[in-house]
Amino acid sequence: TCNGHSYIMKNCEYQQIDARALGTPASSFQPCTEMKVPRLRRKWEVFPGKNRFYCDGRIILARQSGILPLTLGLIVVTSVLFFAFDCPFLVTHLTVCIPVIGGVLFLFVVISLLQTSLTDPGILPRALPDEAADIEKQIYTSGSSMYRPPPRTKEILINQQVVKLKYCFTCKMFRPPRTSHCSLCDNCVERFDHHCPWVGNCVGKRNYRFFYSFIVSLSFHTSFIFGCVVTHLTLRSQGGNGLVQAVQESPLVICFFSIWSVLGLSGFHTYLVASNLTTNEDIKGSWSSKRGAEDSGNPYTYNSIFINCCATLCGPMPPSLIDRRGFLPPDDIPPVAAADLELSSFLAKNDTNMVGMPSSGHTS
Amino acid sequence: MAETHILQDLQHQAAIASKVYVQRDYNSGTICKFQTKFPSELESRVDKQQFEETMQTLNNLYAEAEKIGGKSYLEGCLACMTAYTIFLCMETHYEKVLKKIARFIKEQNEKIYAPLGLLLTDPIERGLRVVEITIFEDRSIGFGR
Repeated sequence: TCNGHSYIMKNCEYQQIDARALGTPASSFQPCTEMKVPRLRRKWEVFPGKNRFYCDGRIILARQSGILPLTLGLIVVTSVLFFAFDCPFLVTHLTVCIPVIGGVLFLFVVISLLQTSLTDPGILPRALPDEAADIEKQIYTSGSSMYRPPPRTKEILINQQVVKLKYCFTCKMFRPPRTSHCSLCDNCVERFDHHCPWVGNCVGKRNYRFFYSFIVSLSFHTSFIFGCVVTHLTLRSQGGNGLVQAVQESPLVICFFSIWSVLGLSGFHTYLVASNLTTNEDIKGSWSSKRGAEDSGNPYTYNSIFINCCATLCGPMPPSLIDRRGFLPPDDIPPVAAADLELSSFLAKNDTNMVGMPSSGHTS
Repeated sequence: MAETHILQDLQHQAAIASKVYVQRDYNSGTICKFQTKFPSELESRVDKQQFEETMQTLNNLYAEAEKIGGKSYLEGCLACMTAYTIFLCMETHYEKVLKKIARFIKEQNEKIYAPLGLLLTDPIERGLRVVEITIFEDRSIGFGR
């Protein structure tokens, strides 16, 4: 009792000195000029996938931005031309609601687009070396003879359907169901739909709802502009100057060509949402039933259009798993290479909780 | 108080013997659920019942986070109407439950696993892929109990 108490106190003091020594290694041994506290790096700085980060890890983009600038440019230019040329005429001849509706739709489109592009689509962080070694050990022990390579697929049963999980050689883990590795971004993405060049990012679990709201609002916006410009041209009695006329009609042309593809895409994705499928699964025909059209082989569907839609679009927003803004342990070795630094990061976290508790040993 | 000292002392002085990984259980679909099967490496360290109870509680917490029901629909619809800008200011239900899970794991470590020389790592730090259990070397860490 008494001895134990003093032992605890001694331990406490020992640990406090230890913590302080760890915290500022330079100060006690080196002169002031040499004092170098290493800058703690954030995890995004050593991220292994092909992504770009801005605002200290808050914003994530695929390395190839694809034609995102073109998409944004087309939307902005068309809308600006619409507001500049068609709205004044329509406000006086029809109603003031037209630019208001146009403005709201334009905002929705741009915000959804930016959210689709700048959000983590559901990237799975790569397995750490210890974990990868453990999985490898399991594969080799469960694999049979030495004449053929050990199996790199695992079969599981979901909802009475056999699903094959494949091993990802880049990320060193068995991919969860519905996850696919995007070669453009070099990441495994959960509920991988497709990599969209227009948006410059993968579309996956976390940003599918943003993508869907982008294409639906874009359909409405394109149709709205198309309708307004047609109304404008039919209501206007005289023809104008050739060049001015051409510029004024360009929204019409752009909308005419894009409306079919955007409407088609919205329709296709509405079908996917209603049947709880991803583009990836639909294209590969993963669940196309061999028996008949009634039995959908998809094990993830809730067998109700309403519930499928709600689950896909209004489900809980999963968190980002890659922890972009988390701090690396205070060393130069990135977490992928050194596994036993996880221990010191737990240590560092606990130290920050324990600092400032000198009297903890007295009470007992 | 004494428990947190044990936890800290564990990291300072004990050496890692091995790590056990509890994988995800996908039999119910893509929801976050971990296997509750008791790993053989822990047989000498911890009670099977206790371990399975911890895992089951953890699975229940994740199920609560991912539950689709009235509240999540409301959150989803509200977010959709504000063009999802509400996510910039509000903490989502999932994040709230993740904090709860972090507290639960810390408490389990302090009360049950650290005195046995084990450490559970929060699955979110491993991308929700595995529950990593670090087994420390079995030296006597008596603290005048």
